[in-house]
Amino acid sequence: MTTTPATDHAPRISARSVLDHCVPTGREEEWRFAPLDRLAGLHASGELLPGTIDILVSGDGVDSQEVPPSDPRVASTLVPSDIVSARALASARQAHLVRIPRETVGSARIEIVGRGEQAGCHLVIEVAPFSSATVILDHSGSGALAENVEIRVGDSASLTLVSVQGWDRDAVHVGRHDAVLGRDARLVMGHVTLGGDVVRISPTVSYAQPGGDAELLGLFFAESGQFQEHRVFVDHAIPNCRSSVLYKGAVQGSGAHTVWIGDVLVRSGATGIDTYEVNRNLLLTDGARADSVPNLELETGEIVGAGHASAIGRFDDEQLFYLRARGIPEDLARVLVVRGFFADVLMRLGVPDVASTVMATVDSRLGVDLSGSGIEEDDD
Amino acid sequence: MSTLEIKDLHASVETESGPREILRGVTLTVRGGETHAVMGPNGSGKSTLAYVIAGHPKYAVIGGSITLDGEDVLDMSVDERARAGLFLAMQYPVEVPGVSVSNFLRTSVTAVRGEAPKLRLWVKEMKGAMEALSIDPSFAERNVNEGFSGGEKKRHEILQLELLKPKIAVLDETDSGLDVDALKVVAEGVNRFQADGTTGTLLITHYTRILRYIHPDFVHVFVDGRIVESGGPELATQLEDEGYERFIKSAASA
Repeated sequence: MTTTPATDHAPRISARSVLDHCVPTGREEEWRFAPLDRLAGLHASGELLPGTIDILVSGDGVDSQEVPPSDPRVASTLVPSDIVSARALASARQAHLVRIPRETVGSARIEIVGRGEQAGCHLVIEVAPFSSATVILDHSGSGALAENVEIRVGDSASLTLVSVQGWDRDAVHVGRHDAVLGRDARLVMGHVTLGGDVVRISPTVSYAQPGGDAELLGLFFAESGQFQEHRVFVDHAIPNCRSSVLYKGAVQGSGAHTVWIGDVLVRSGATGIDTYEVNRNLLLTDGARADSVPNLELETGEIVGAGHASAIGRFDDEQLFYLRARGIPEDLARVLVVRGFFADVLMRLGVPDVASTVMATVDSRLGVDLSGSGIEEDDD
Repeated sequence: MSTLEIKDLHASVETESGPREILRGVTLTVRGGETHAVMGPNGSGKSTLAYVIAGHPKYAVIGGSITLDGEDVLDMSVDERARAGLFLAMQYPVEVPGVSVSNFLRTSVTAVRGEAPKLRLWVKEMKGAMEALSIDPSFAERNVNEGFSGGEKKRHEILQLELLKPKIAVLDETDSGLDVDALKVVAEGVNRFQADGTTGTLLITHYTRILRYIHPDFVHVFVDGRIVESGGPELATQLEDEGYERFIKSAASA
């Protein structure tokens, strides 16, 4: 167990064992938004989660294996910082290790399919130095999942990792996705959350060496009753690294609730870094709620740049008027505006099938059948 | 031939101190083949007239009527008006992030024509229309009005005018912010649109310079929410020489 010096935003405790973590009450800063009564008990004790979840790895140029949780590569950089993460590790019978060997190019799809049970899993994704890879984590099905994804991007390697939460409507997912970047490594980490009842993901980035460049992208869309929380933490402790965070969310229907937390900590040694984070939210109806909390903590001023922006807005009446004044019916105009709202995130993610999944979800949630509407399909 | 008939139109806008009447009895008929210029000083309400015709939700119509070929325009939603054949070229076109010009135009043309144009023909049609307005082809991939210069925005409005082929076009200060070359290109576009002699144009402007390139059949002076004088093209010449002072004074004393 290690205890890091207290800062406002960094996790205070890192420990493998569930015994070292407290059961949250909801009064803790990091749990204050989460509906604990809807977490299917994932946070409520240190007992092993009894169920299992199916994990299928496919791809090219990747080496996939199952290793015991005691393997030294497991929980080496991602050490649990709360009880759910500790339970994910403790409950995973085997950890899944996906490696992209040195100086190669690989791609993988990891399908994580819930079977209605309470389960924990721990994945390790390692991109060896000078390699480049695209990894899609595709979550579907139902159940309650405590999940760790431990990501290491080696020196001069590059990884695009997109985690899609396409769960059934009743699923619960609490995940920590933790990436460490080597020298001059590049990471694009995307989170696309559409499904589930409660989804709470904590994407975390830190740097082991100078020159790392992390781009964190997120897109979420909550409907009536859904709760979606993304807690980004970027820990700048190393000089000359860069981080850029862009999350966009839409929320509609009564009881729909999204939370975005963007914690960026620039420690005293992190000179010459450049960081910027943005969160924008679109409230599509009354009765929906979006919380957006950017936190930027600077312990040094010797940096290239640091900034944040956050906004929660409604449909822009002028945009809708403009589109409708060109004959486009109101429902179609709304689809265009929401699609347009998400377009920059999807473009920067650069994964076409994720983009089409999102667009189809937007269309169906706004209740529009686009056939014959003239809206261009992606392959035009 | 189509006819847009505006009769004794009154409209107000909601302000902090309650509703304020901006249009105070506008009566005007625009027939297919005709070009009307509505000219007036700033703040006279002439842009409000354009927005009320298009159905902007900010304005409440409190009296009078607008019909297009006998159909009640005020009863139509914003998009129904456009599909019925009304078009408003806006003074300040709105940015729509993430929506490409080509996607926007195709969706709009599909809605107005009632069916999606065949893709190959459509690409050709759009390219041709863009070329005629000296619009760079890369424009099609840019987001609607995002980062456009003033001139690009206005050309984009006229591009839509040419593609949507409305029955009656209302051009709201389309000349503002354009240099001479851009003004000529835009005016040529409007003239092409009018060339078949069946469409009507309502040109709203503060200055007379656009009337050197687009020749109005009728000129109306708009002051304090209504038309105070109508005449032929010679009225525009008179305005150019004398300005609006005479009309403002007489409206104030009326």
